[in-house]
Amino acid sequence: MGLFRMPSLGADMEAGTLVEWLVKPGDKVKRGQVVAVVETQKGAIEVECFEEGTVEELLLAPGQKVPVETPMARIRAAGEAPGPAAVPPPPPPPTPAAECIEPRPAAAPSAAPPPPPPPSAARPAGLKVSPAARRRALELGVPLDRVHGTGPDGAITVADVESAARGAAAEAPSPPPTPAAAVPPVAEPSTPVARRGFDPVEMRKAIAAAMSRSKREIPHYYLASTVAMHRALAFLEATNRERPPPERLLPAVLLLKATALALREVPQLNGFWIDGGFRPGPGIHLGWAIALRGGGLVAPAIHDVDKLALPKLMAALRDLVGRARSGGLKSSELADATLTITSLGERGAESVLPVIYPPQVAMVGFGAIVTRPWVDEAGGLAARPVVQVSLAADHRASDGHLGSRLLAAIDDHLQRPETL
Amino acid sequence: MSAPIVTYRECCKQGIRAALLADPRVFLMGEDVGRYGGCYAVSKGLLEEFGPERIRDTPLSESAFVGAGIGAAIAGMRPIVEIMTVNFSLLALDQILNNAATIPHMSGGQFAVPLVIRMATGGGRQLAAQHSHSLEGWYAHIPGLKILAPATLEDARYMLAPALLDPNPVLIFEHIMLYNMEGVLDPAVTSVDIEKAAIRRPGRDVTLVTYGGSLFKTLEAAEDLAREGVEAEVVDLRVLRPLDQETILASVRRTRRCVIVDEGWRSGSLSAEIGMRIGEEAFYELDAPLRRVCAVEVPMPYAGHLEQAALPSRERIVATVRALLRPGS
Repeated sequence: MGLFRMPSLGADMEAGTLVEWLVKPGDKVKRGQVVAVVETQKGAIEVECFEEGTVEELLLAPGQKVPVETPMARIRAAGEAPGPAAVPPPPPPPTPAAECIEPRPAAAPSAAPPPPPPPSAARPAGLKVSPAARRRALELGVPLDRVHGTGPDGAITVADVESAARGAAAEAPSPPPTPAAAVPPVAEPSTPVARRGFDPVEMRKAIAAAMSRSKREIPHYYLASTVAMHRALAFLEATNRERPPPERLLPAVLLLKATALALREVPQLNGFWIDGGFRPGPGIHLGWAIALRGGGLVAPAIHDVDKLALPKLMAALRDLVGRARSGGLKSSELADATLTITSLGERGAESVLPVIYPPQVAMVGFGAIVTRPWVDEAGGLAARPVVQVSLAADHRASDGHLGSRLLAAIDDHLQRPETL
Repeated sequence: MSAPIVTYRECCKQGIRAALLADPRVFLMGEDVGRYGGCYAVSKGLLEEFGPERIRDTPLSESAFVGAGIGAAIAGMRPIVEIMTVNFSLLALDQILNNAATIPHMSGGQFAVPLVIRMATGGGRQLAAQHSHSLEGWYAHIPGLKILAPATLEDARYMLAPALLDPNPVLIFEHIMLYNMEGVLDPAVTSVDIEKAAIRRPGRDVTLVTYGGSLFKTLEAAEDLAREGVEAEVVDLRVLRPLDQETILASVRRTRRCVIVDEGWRSGSLSAEIGMRIGEEAFYELDAPLRRVCAVEVPMPYAGHLEQAALPSRERIVATVRALLRPGS
């Protein structure tokens, strides 16, 4: 018996509101199937199930707002007998297969789950928070899922809330620049859909929380290189000549793919910093920062970028940008990114020093592709298109030497565009 | 000249002596209180000083002599009845509950019962399962009674006087491990109230609520904790009924955590009542689950090491607080 729980769609998500169920009791569900729409600070998100089975019971009604990890539905695994109506939630992993949605790395470092209880004890859903801490968090406006509990059984105490609030306040006077400012609008028609819109105020709060946490917790270091783009752009022009306009490739796909292939060579920058240690990402899932009308920003992931051919990657990118604007992102896209890229596009600034999206350990930034004097291999001077590629990385997880290798690898791949 | 060292036993005796001297209606009655001097030697010498009319040995019949005390109180005397241990008081439970606690109510206030019953309580001297229990929590269940638990020398010396002035029956529980406790009676104290709990040690991190024989274990545990940087506030209940809820709640609201140390068994106990009151009145102030250190729920063992294992100990108190405040350690 699996419990389908309110997923954490990023480190900054505390609760979600069920907008609608896309399944009903008795329906068969497959891994990856979208089963519900959940309203979050990032807008309405299509939530996927991660288990094969039959929906046994829906535990939430549309309109209900519940904390992350609250059971939403019970799903009977294929071949399992129908269970009794009221079973207590099973203990957390070590049996991940029984969990419909496993705790995601994106939510882990701050909302560290309490240590597993003894096997006989059923774990209550949700965070353990003392009554006084809950009230204090409300007074201070501290989201509880970003407070590390130090009380009995990992419960959050007043002191934990106050120290989290102090940490946030220390950052408040000089909010770090977010990649939002740097991402230019992409020419995509906006399709406003009432139900699937997002609240810019709420999204601003979510960005503020995530970025404050990043600057509070992550010791960033920054590296930058200038990369000649004439080969890559020539390759792109040649490729696009044979393609109808809707299928033409944008430089962004080359940047994405080059970064993904470079991460294969430097996997130490692809993953998460959790519980005081580096955890490699399960694949190369690249978050792509997308600016939204109304001032928001999301960085949904494209999965396994290193394995996607360029046309498929372009289609995925178009689809992602379109859905980000219209509010149709999936839960896995919001939670799975192992490294995020911000690209300023053709009207953007020449370089960017990104702010890492926790708990990722690095972020790659591309400035605008601009024409500049360039000394080529033969020593001659020429006007060439170049791009500033920058890296912000978590100094707890890596050092500058490793970061330099990533930038060098990106450069190398962009000089051999036919291999992308 | 410094004040003399006295024992808790001596303080109890001086309290009785002062009452006998102050009011001719006061007399002491109980098993072996006269010629033997009291089974814990509290009344040694009083027979010689006050004579057999006022220091009365009784037959071994708790129901009879407690009933006689109730009658004497209704008739205008101020009896002090001593019951050898709380376990034996169960033979007089009918008199205490159905008569002493009830007659003022059933008579519409026409009869007061200004009776004081003293009894020994608690374990620790290898007196086994019929002489060692802490049943004062049962008496604290009964409306119409006032229940006192003097833990300090001052309370042992001075609680008796206001108890005798009270028009209702008052039960005083003296823990057997306290009788030999020595100290200096604070010369500045000449009377005490029988309404308020007392903060015996201020602290900011956790409230330890206790009373009677557990007070000093709790204070010692608080010292151990202070060495680890944990400042425990120790509340001595003093009065088990009616509970001084305000003092308990005010302390818990400051510290946000509470451990109750009670030598009674925990099921249906005084500690359960205190915990519930905190849950009712201060739930939103709590920053940690409530915890208790109680006697293990067994008849008190005779064997010394088992008896010690069954009673609340300084170590168990420290460990319980540590688990609340420093769950990792």
